[in-house]
Amino acid sequence: MSTYYQSEHLKQFTQIAEGNRELADKFFDYYNSVFREGSLSGREKALIALAVAHAVQCPYCIDAFSQGCLEQGADLDQMTEAVHVACAIRGGASLVHGIQMLEHVKKTGM
Amino acid sequence: MRTDAIPPANAAGPGMSPAPPGILPEPGKVTTLRSRRSPLAQPAEQRRILADLRLQTAVGEEASFEAAIAAHGHACLRPTRLEYYQINLGQLCNMTCRHCHVDAGPDRAEQMMSDEVIEDCLRALDLTDAHTVDLTGGAPELHPRFRDLIQQVRERGRHVVDRCNLTILLIPGFHDLPRWLADHEVEIVCSLPHYRQRNTDAQRGRGTFKKSIAALRRLNAAGYGQGDPRRRLSIMTNPSGAFLAGNQRAMEPQWHAALAREHGVTFDSLVALNNIPIARFLEWLQDSDNLQEYMTKLISSFNPQTIDGLMCRKTISISWRGLVYDCDFNQMLHIPCRDAEGRPLAVRDFEAELFGRRPIRTARHCFGCTAGSGSSCGGALAG
Repeated sequence: MSTYYQSEHLKQFTQIAEGNRELADKFFDYYNSVFREGSLSGREKALIALAVAHAVQCPYCIDAFSQGCLEQGADLDQMTEAVHVACAIRGGASLVHGIQMLEHVKKTGM
Repeated sequence: MRTDAIPPANAAGPGMSPAPPGILPEPGKVTTLRSRRSPLAQPAEQRRILADLRLQTAVGEEASFEAAIAAHGHACLRPTRLEYYQINLGQLCNMTCRHCHVDAGPDRAEQMMSDEVIEDCLRALDLTDAHTVDLTGGAPELHPRFRDLIQQVRERGRHVVDRCNLTILLIPGFHDLPRWLADHEVEIVCSLPHYRQRNTDAQRGRGTFKKSIAALRRLNAAGYGQGDPRRRLSIMTNPSGAFLAGNQRAMEPQWHAALAREHGVTFDSLVALNNIPIARFLEWLQDSDNLQEYMTKLISSFNPQTIDGLMCRKTISISWRGLVYDCDFNQMLHIPCRDAEGRPLAVRDFEAELFGRRPIRTARHCFGCTAGSGSSCGGALAG
């Protein structure tokens, strides 16, 4: 493959059904149900998705949910706060492991 | 995304936000296409650009609006019942918004409806049973006969809608207008792209959000936006960029809460509208390299459930020159209704029966009204 991450792949996502239609149908059916308005609004779900997209660092999801957030009436301030939530959790997840390091140092050191 | 459109974080003054991505950084500097002698000031050039775009449907055919509706049983669009009598009083406006489909602005004082055409409009109105007269522009309030026309329409027992840009209400000479409109039971449909400052100022010019909130407070003080059917206040939101309008029903509670909490402002309903790719919005789509993708989005979001309620099927739209159109967008693209001889139809020659049988004229810009939840002067058409 000459390049990774081609933006057209987002539009071609449903072609994943070529190898297994049943699993693809199940996945997209589930996916669409997840994003329906429920106890959480469409805007709240889009902002969560945007944050998760940054945490899993998926460029397709970042494109899709940047657009999705705007269409659901979110603005740049709200979207930036969502990305910072992802960033804080990722950073915190690293940093909290530091306690393990600290314990190790305390146990092993003099 | 165009990173070159984003000013550096320190470009804005204290307390000012930098412009969001995709929106050019100096919204205050927008001028009319006409004043710049832009080729896009010509409706024919706008029509050509839209017609010449290489756009394909999901099945690989060249995208045409006529084919899209034909696939759902409409050989062409026909009127249902004439309900909304829209009069565009002219293209003069105190604002110059980046997305304006009218190319309105302060330099367009010449393009205003004459007394003679106003009389023609009233005569033709008497030939219809349209329940609502919808006044638009430009800023319709700037027309010298604005109040007189409303009085004459109200005497005929018709409901009146004023499509208001809000900031006009802060200009000297207009301070008494909220009370006057309330006394005449005029419904106000006002423009506010977002309940936060950033997107509003990016689209409508720096400082617009603050002024709009001040104007909304004046309307509230005159009794608007508090559930009184004689003082209805609707907020019209359209996207500040190349994306579709959100679901107005889902967004409305969020808007009520945000405007009440942050600004103590109330309103009756939210109307969400797609931007139609013409005039200054078309220019912005071209400049920001979003045109192809936006048109593709409109076409791929075609929703057949919108066809029954399309506003062109229940509206007449009259230009300041006195010509008759199917909608305000056809008016700006100079795609007039035709008389029996195929000539542009003048409101002075209006015949209700003939008008009720006409084929509605369509082109690719019409995909803007059928995309997603759909779009009309009354907001979403489906979903």
